[in-house]
Amino acid sequence: MAIEPDAKRRANRWREEVYDKTPERDALFDTISGHEIRPLYTDEDLSDWDPESKLGFPGSFPYTRGPYPSMHRGRLWTMRQFAGFGTVEETNERFRYLLSHGQTGLSTAFDMPSLMGFDSDHQRSLGEVGVEGVALDTVDDMETLFAGIPLDEVTVSMTINAPAAIMLAFYVVAAEEKGIPAAKLGGTIQTDILKEYIAQKEWCFPIEPAMRLVTDMVEWCTAEMPRWHPISISGYHIREAGSTAAQELAFTLKDGFTYVERAIERGLDVDTFAPRLSFFFNAHIEFFEEIAKYRAARRIWARELRDTYGAKRSDSLRLRFHTQTAGVSLTAQQPLNNIVRTAIEALAGVLGGTQSLHTNSFDEALALPTEEAVRVALRTQQVIAHETGAANTVDPLGGSYFVESLTDELEHAAYDYFARIDELGGMVAAIETGFPQREIADAAFQFQAEVEQRRRIVVGVNDYVTEDAQTNIHRPDPAAEGRQRERLAKTKAARDEAEVESALAELKSAAAGEANLMPLIIACARARVSEGEMVATMQEVFGTYTEHPQF
Amino acid sequence: MNASAERTIRVVVAKPGLDGHDRGAKIIARALRDAGMEVIYTGLHQTPEQIVATVVQEDADAVGLSILSGAHMTLVPKVMKLLDEQGVDDVVITLGGTIPADDVPELKKLGVAEVFTPGAATDEIVEFIRGAVAERTPA
Repeated sequence: MAIEPDAKRRANRWREEVYDKTPERDALFDTISGHEIRPLYTDEDLSDWDPESKLGFPGSFPYTRGPYPSMHRGRLWTMRQFAGFGTVEETNERFRYLLSHGQTGLSTAFDMPSLMGFDSDHQRSLGEVGVEGVALDTVDDMETLFAGIPLDEVTVSMTINAPAAIMLAFYVVAAEEKGIPAAKLGGTIQTDILKEYIAQKEWCFPIEPAMRLVTDMVEWCTAEMPRWHPISISGYHIREAGSTAAQELAFTLKDGFTYVERAIERGLDVDTFAPRLSFFFNAHIEFFEEIAKYRAARRIWARELRDTYGAKRSDSLRLRFHTQTAGVSLTAQQPLNNIVRTAIEALAGVLGGTQSLHTNSFDEALALPTEEAVRVALRTQQVIAHETGAANTVDPLGGSYFVESLTDELEHAAYDYFARIDELGGMVAAIETGFPQREIADAAFQFQAEVEQRRRIVVGVNDYVTEDAQTNIHRPDPAAEGRQRERLAKTKAARDEAEVESALAELKSAAAGEANLMPLIIACARARVSEGEMVATMQEVFGTYTEHPQF
Repeated sequence: MNASAERTIRVVVAKPGLDGHDRGAKIIARALRDAGMEVIYTGLHQTPEQIVATVVQEDADAVGLSILSGAHMTLVPKVMKLLDEQGVDDVVITLGGTIPADDVPELKKLGVAEVFTPGAATDEIVEFIRGAVAERTPA
């Protein structure tokens, strides 16, 4: 679409002769990412824009408009609320509550000890068991967690990273003992360890052994679990830590490329594992920037997988993602306002073409969600799906001068970051020098400064402030820790200690070598070895990780 | 304010327990440093024992504990108890994070000087620490 010189002159003329003569509000018009937004976008902004190479059709290269031809008109996104607290019995109840209210997939939140590889009876776990998520120590817990839920019909996501191989083993064995073979299981395990070192900060091992485990999982799942996503390459946490949209986009995709490289180095054909890679993005409050971000992500991924990594199957090129609305945008002040924020963020995810969506509850700046709050969050998705028309046509904002410009600008910004990371020697090297961590900390500080200087308004926090009524919030049950320790003791009492010892010894010996550790971890799981025991054993070989923080 | 007689305020910013949410703690550490204070950031995953050892070792005037894991009612009492056992009674203890309003009275009873909940501004925190440390320091 060649731009006529006339159009350029027209747009400039309009700007000078009409727009600049009108007043502007005294406000910050940059996005929350610091990206400058112009008053008007016109055909002039898309002067070099070729719809065929930039846009294409949904379901075809470069997938800007979506990974599938019919998108939400063909199938609504999965409504997948993240849930977990207390013991597995309580979380099982919440899972069933959510399914009964129309949720279409499950998503598991683990407690801090489980995320960090500590059993519920470990000294470091005191006061933290079942508080931020569900406590899960052994395969017996995994069985109870999904009691009464048909794992061959419901897809399950598990948000766990450093000990992901162990949780996957628990899941596989639990399903197997319920009569469902691993090959029938559909779902996702987060596994994305690079973003842990960058942002979420939940680790057990140093980077290289952790990356080995990731590749072990990709390799094993490629062979044994064709319906499973062994990684959910994530930007959500990077964004929550304070990054800009461009950083979220760039660091996530670069992490993804790194996993692809490692799997190829392992000897895997890219077209065998790439189709099962999935992504997880944030849906922050800056509405249009988010939609552009998802579209840029799809375009970049498709191009790089095809041109840099030699993927040939279209399934390898389709970026599919889960979205969570931005926890960090929620305010503790006037919590009901968060329903509005979440709805707008969710709409951005939908218009951006997400395959799966979690909407935050209004009370989550203060605590885990109550039943009432999470129901409203789920209904938010249902209103969007059935009442707004947003799901009835594909990529509704495609062709918008504004959104296409933003998409291009974010894509450009991502490539700038790719180049800088490559100069540092790749993502692992960049993490070791603290590059992404510093970028994120700087962006977080910048945003905070804007808010404190009241250049950026956050309703209820630095403007429109009112006295708050008390909200009823979820309180962690202090007795949950005792109950979980009992569960763990019971499992340990019933197991064969010789089997446990032998399974751990085999795991330790294999960890010191190059074998794929999944089968050995699964054998440990079957023998009722606990997560903490497996992590501690692997740490004897791998060591641990300590961050050198910069602020 | 007599600048030459004023000692730089030393603040330990600490992340107790398994909580990995460090966005706020790092922003506050930077703000305190920009305000002229000497900041020792402990980094993540500190046990109460490690934090107290740092406070003593660094001769801290104030501590900022940051907890977003919900485990504050276990971790803060532990820290306070250890400080007490070590005979540390003149350090200003502050807390921030996802702390429900209902917990604040009990935390203050334990000796926490102030709790900064979500939305608290960094200049508010800087001023509080300056004021509280000045009150505890004999003229």
